[in-house]
Formats: sequence, structure tokens, C-alpha cells
Amino acid sequence: MPTYGKGLRGLSILTLTTIVVALTLVFFWVPQDASQGFIQKIFYIHVPLAIVSLCGFVFGGILAVMHLRTGDRRYDMRSYVAIHMSLIFGVGGLITGSIWAKASWGHWWVWNEPTLVSFLIVLLMYATYTPFRFSIEDPERQGRYASVFAIVAGAFVPLNFLAVRLAQQYVHPRVLTLTGGNLPGPMRLTFTVSLIGVALLFVTLWKYEMAAKNARIQMRTLRRRLLGDDDLRPPQRSAAPTL
Amino acid sequence: MKTALAILRKDLLLELRTLETLPAMALFSITTFVIFHFGLNRPTVEGQTAAGVLTVTLLFAGILGVNRLFVAEREQGGFDAFLLAPVDRSAMLLAKATALFLFLAVLEVIAVPAFGLLLLGPSLGPPLPSLIAVLALADLGIAVIGTLVSALAVQTRARDVIGPVIGLPLLIPALIATARAIGPLLGSGGPAPLPGKWLLILALYDVVFALVAYAVFDFLLED
Repeated sequence: MPTYGKGLRGLSILTLTTIVVALTLVFFWVPQDASQGFIQKIFYIHVPLAIVSLCGFVFGGILAVMHLRTGDRRYDMRSYVAIHMSLIFGVGGLITGSIWAKASWGHWWVWNEPTLVSFLIVLLMYATYTPFRFSIEDPERQGRYASVFAIVAGAFVPLNFLAVRLAQQYVHPRVLTLTGGNLPGPMRLTFTVSLIGVALLFVTLWKYEMAAKNARIQMRTLRRRLLGDDDLRPPQRSAAPTL
Repeated sequence: MKTALAILRKDLLLELRTLETLPAMALFSITTFVIFHFGLNRPTVEGQTAAGVLTVTLLFAGILGVNRLFVAEREQGGFDAFLLAPVDRSAMLLAKATALFLFLAVLEVIAVPAFGLLLLGPSLGPPLPSLIAVLALADLGIAVIGTLVSALAVQTRARDVIGPVIGLPLLIPALIATARAIGPLLGSGGPAPLPGKWLLILALYDVVFALVAYAVFDFLLED
């Protein structure tokens, strides 16, 4: 059974360093935006959070495919942790986006902003993942159904963005286009470092949670073997998969 | 294919004999029009508002059908019997999606004229052919996604809640496209040409989710 603890210390240090460097660049080095001023700096947190959370959702979907293909329950756990971590990052992205919208457009919520709206829809979709897991009792079926959900929702993410974007006029600055965008050098560098930092944070937290869950499961197995205790379900309610 | 037809026949026969779902859907939609009339405080609606009212009503009426779709299978052991039979499991998806599509079509045959009678300002006649095309594509999307969600939700403890809560966000893009495509058709100055962009999105959405549903549906029927 893998422990997930391997290399965790090195990864944590790397994550911390990258985030510190990113924040230093954001606050002390990168020039202020000419039209928006200081508030534009939230861009370096908001956009990476949103991108990483969306990638995390898709990642959870891919892990779910692996779960259904291999039947290995550990993939279900990985998918679960990825999705719930993405949900936390996504809420962070939504809140920072809302703050930015208030500062630069004057409203906490702007409907004619396709990226914000699609993001909300995606979050609404994934917010049902945990209640859904809760309401299926049989653990084997819970894993299987949750994976089906994760795959469907993973396919839904890009389609939803397409539909919502077409439905509205552009307000969001299109800084990250496929043709290279119009971000000046220092900003691009700072953004890249922030993105890497947030992505590393996601991976680190994911690994930590996997390690914790894994340790708890191993502990339970050992106790069961030693004490012969059959009913050692954790007292708290959790929708996390059990192995 | 033969299996799918057999299940479909069973479902339609069941509906015809018990009349459990369709009358409820139709009544629900007409009641919703009445509520919209008072909620909006307007004798007639047109344009995008009319499209919104129609889309939302049909969607929520459709959700009633989605909730009922697999209940008989679960409560009366249809799933077990189906799993025992040596048949392709995708037949169930095909049959149920077709049944739901037919339910929605019948619902619209009742609800759309009722809408034209009760709420719609401009005449329903001129935009009707385009409207049918849009609604057919929308029904296809609701049928496929509804079947998938219904199959997901029917095994859960709180299935009446879980179904709509998962289904609605999944259907939002299809509904955006439907409402936007219908909007210009119901304008007060007579119908504008059908916006092809939205039909395309709707069709794309239908195709993608049909493929996804086909790929994952088997896993919902394992035991």
C-alpha cells in the first residue's frame, strides 16, 4: 500500500518557496497596472486559483475514468480528494473574482461576465458531489456512482465554458489567449510563477490529504487485526471513500 | 435494439395504463404559467421573457418525468430482472432516453399551445416550425442528461432531491442555448430568423452528452 508521504517534505518546501517568491514578485517587483492600480494585483491570485481548480476538476474526472477502468478503489479516493480540493480552490477563486469585480467594475457580481458565470455553474455542479456521495450507503456503489458523476461533470466543464462564453459579450480581459495574449513581460513572469505556486500548493495539499486518509485506513486495518474490532467506522460523518 | 424496443414498449404501456407521469407534467406546466402570469404581473409576454418562461416551465415539468423514470424499475425489481437477462445494458439507456423524449414531446404538444393561449403575446403560428426544431433538440438533451441523472439518483437515499440538484447545473448550457434560440422567434414584431449558432451548440451538447452517457451508463447498472 503506498504511503503518499514520500517526498512530501521536499514538496512542501518547494511549494512554500514558490509561493513566497510569487508574492514577493506580486507586491514588490511587478509594475502596477496603469488603469486599475493596486487592485489588479489580485489577478495573480485569482486567475491561478481558478485555473488550478478547473484543472483539478478535470483531473478528478480522469482519475474517475481510471477507477472505473481498473476497479481499484484507491483511484476513487484520489478522485474524491482532487475534487474536494478543487472545490475549495474554486470557492477561493470565486471570492477573489468577486472582490476584483467589485473593485474594478463596481459590483460584487456581474452577469455579463462569461468566465465568472460559467465558473459559478461549474461550482454549483460540483457542490452536489459530496451530498451525492453521502446519500449512497453501499461503499462499492458509492465509489462507482461518484466516478460516473466525476466523469460526466469533467466533460461538462469545457462545454459549459463554451456555451456561457458564446451567450455573452466580452467584459473579462482576455489576457490568456492562445495567440500569446497581451500581457507585458514582467506581468507574464509574475503570473507564471504564481500559477506554478498555486498548482504546487494544490499538489501538496492533495498529497497531504491522501497521506492522512491513507494513514487512517492503515491504522484502522491494524487495529482491526490486533483488537479484532469489527466496527471501527470513524465516528464523524464523512463521504470519503473507505478502502 | 430489440431489447430497447421491448423496454420502451413496456414503459409506454405502463404510462398509458397508470397515467402516473404525463398528466402530472402537463398540469404542472399549466399551473406554472398561471404562477408566471401573477409573478410577472403581465397579461402577455413576448421575446426573451416569453422564451424564458417557456423554457423554465418545460424544464421543471420535465424534471418531474426525470424523477419518475426509474422508480418502477427500482421498486419492483426491474433492475434485477434486467441484469439477469443476457442483453446489452446500453439498451436500457436507449429505451429510457427515448421514453423520456416521447414524454417531453407529448408534454409540449399540450404545454406549448397552452402557453400560446394563456401568456404569449404574438401569435404562435408563424414561429411554430422553428420552435419545434429548437424544442426537439432541447428535448433530446434533457432526455439524455435526464436519463443519466435519473439513473444516478435513483439508487441514492434522497433521490427526489439529488436528481434535480445534479441535473439542473448539467442542463444549464442546453437551457441557455434553448432560451436564446427561442427568444428571437417569439418577438412582438413577428419571428426573426432562427439563430443557427444556438442550434449548433444545442446539437453539439446533445451529441457530447449522448456519447458520455453511452460510455458511463453500464457502470450504473452493475451489481
